[in-house]
Amino acid sequence: MVRVDGSGTSSLIRVRGLDKKYSRGGEEIHVLQGLNLDVDQGDFVAFMGPSGSGKTTLLNLLGGLDVPSAGSITVSGDEITHMSRSTLTEWRARHVGFIFQMYNLIPVLTAFQNVELPLLLTKLSKSERRKHVETALAVVSLADRMHHFPRQLSGGQEQRVTIARAIVSDPTFLLCDEPTGDLDRKSADEIMELLLTLVKQYKKTVLMVTHDPVVAKRADVTLHLDKGALVEAGRLEGAGAFSGGAR
Amino acid sequence: MKYGGLIFANLFRKPLRLTLTIGSFAVALMLFGFLAVVKEAFSGGVQIAGADRLVVINRVSIIQPLPLSYMDKMSRMQGVKAVTHANWFGGVYQDERNFFPQFAIDVPTWRQMYPEFKLSEDEWNNFVKDRQGAIAGAATAKRFGWKIGDRIPIKGTFLPGVWEFNLDGIYHGSRQADDETQFWFQWDLFEEKVPERFKGNVGWYTVRVDNPDDSLRVAKAIDTEFANSPYETHTDTEKAFAAGWVKQFGNIEFLILTIGAVVFFTLLLVTGNTMAIAVRERTNELAVLKAIGYSDKFVLVLVLLESLVIAVIGGGFGLLFAKGLTLLGDPTHGMLPFFYLPTKAMLTGIMAALLVGIASGILPAVGAMRLRVVNALRRV
Repeated sequence: MVRVDGSGTSSLIRVRGLDKKYSRGGEEIHVLQGLNLDVDQGDFVAFMGPSGSGKTTLLNLLGGLDVPSAGSITVSGDEITHMSRSTLTEWRARHVGFIFQMYNLIPVLTAFQNVELPLLLTKLSKSERRKHVETALAVVSLADRMHHFPRQLSGGQEQRVTIARAIVSDPTFLLCDEPTGDLDRKSADEIMELLLTLVKQYKKTVLMVTHDPVVAKRADVTLHLDKGALVEAGRLEGAGAFSGGAR
Repeated sequence: MKYGGLIFANLFRKPLRLTLTIGSFAVALMLFGFLAVVKEAFSGGVQIAGADRLVVINRVSIIQPLPLSYMDKMSRMQGVKAVTHANWFGGVYQDERNFFPQFAIDVPTWRQMYPEFKLSEDEWNNFVKDRQGAIAGAATAKRFGWKIGDRIPIKGTFLPGVWEFNLDGIYHGSRQADDETQFWFQWDLFEEKVPERFKGNVGWYTVRVDNPDDSLRVAKAIDTEFANSPYETHTDTEKAFAAGWVKQFGNIEFLILTIGAVVFFTLLLVTGNTMAIAVRERTNELAVLKAIGYSDKFVLVLVLLESLVIAVIGGGFGLLFAKGLTLLGDPTHGMLPFFYLPTKAMLTGIMAALLVGIASGILPAVGAMRLRVVNALRRV
């Protein structure tokens, strides 16, 4: 169940009083203000909002890529807001799978090698890594393209490789920043189907930023960010609480 | 080596750029190799000079002679173990460009003074018995295609006529830097043929001392012994003498260091710029690596390793090429006493390449290390 009123107690992701301020040209910009959020395992949440509303900032904070000005983020009981930079890096490797709008694959590595990247940080043997990579590529239906370079793949296929890279180390949750933003409708639908499969079949928790209402509809819950706060929800089920009705 | 694929994939991202950067290193290190060969040729004699040998020359200059009578006097001095003498001949073999040093040596004492020069007993005995005999260094014999038994005519310069010698032996140095270009013949023959006014004189003496630690005292004693005589002496250790000889050609070491420094500084600029471009165009990839869990330190090492791999491959190629060329033979045809690239110089070259690799990679690497993922991804 997704809540934005700060009432959750045992959520997978618990955000409390999150503030993020930037200073730009001497002017202080309050991007997020006192934001609360609770997300359980297996939730699929879409964040929507106008440009500059703080969607990507929220995603960066949840993924430990940025630090808040105030407030706390706890994931699986780990309070990440006070972790050192190096601890946070290790934490990201274990808990977060990133999916970017522009795929951000390494062009000189094959699909297989790109997907293998997070596993190089683990103690898995070469054969174990191979097994994991092949499984991840099979999940995204790209087993037959594993030795292709990104330039040899279509946009949709590249995004699927990105998803395989995100899930290969079995992270706690996935963060998707406009995962369909650079794709045509057909490819976008395929990517959304894949994300839904990950949620339904593999019980993955997915938090996604999107501008596209069609894409957002596929999520269990849509939260709207405006002026730094979560102000609106996809399916209201009570005061500030939203359940994943699709499941 | 599980990250080897990542490093090499990044290196081969732009094959032309990689080739040119490696080529820059190769050319610079090849030049370094050649400079090291020249430096070794000039200073190798200094490094291997006998620690227990002194060279005694006329105080005015080496061109001025010393009386033969000094030999006995020096032999009797405390701390002196052996004495030999020689004269410079300076003749011309076929053509003035065919330079090699020719010495009229004191046969009975020469060999024990220079045990590093090896030749068979038979060859030496034939030489001793043959008044017109000569011994040539292996490099000179090879240069002119001489074989034992050959008749070698050498035209005198400050002494008249053509002097004919029988090649009785060929010596080899026991160390790589030993001079194998010398040509020895009997001092007795020299003494017999020089004009009356030159008789009873030698060019220089070499003195072996009992204890190398005693060298300075013995040198001072020799010079004191002959002070205020018509032929005052100047005695130095063989090392100092060799160093002084090298200095006559100018400050070779400084020249080489200056050229080397300029080459390496240029290389630093070229490689540094290349690495900076290589990192800048991969900003988002490095950010993604960090996002998925690669540490700042890993990114630093990754960029540095790429720079080091280029340095080692390029530098290695350059040095091997230089070494290969020296093995093909001496292009100066014996003008230099030795022509080889010492292992020590190759190791120094590799160290220099590594230092340039680190220096050129460190700024881009630190930049990559400090890269903030959020900012980098925002730029994409």
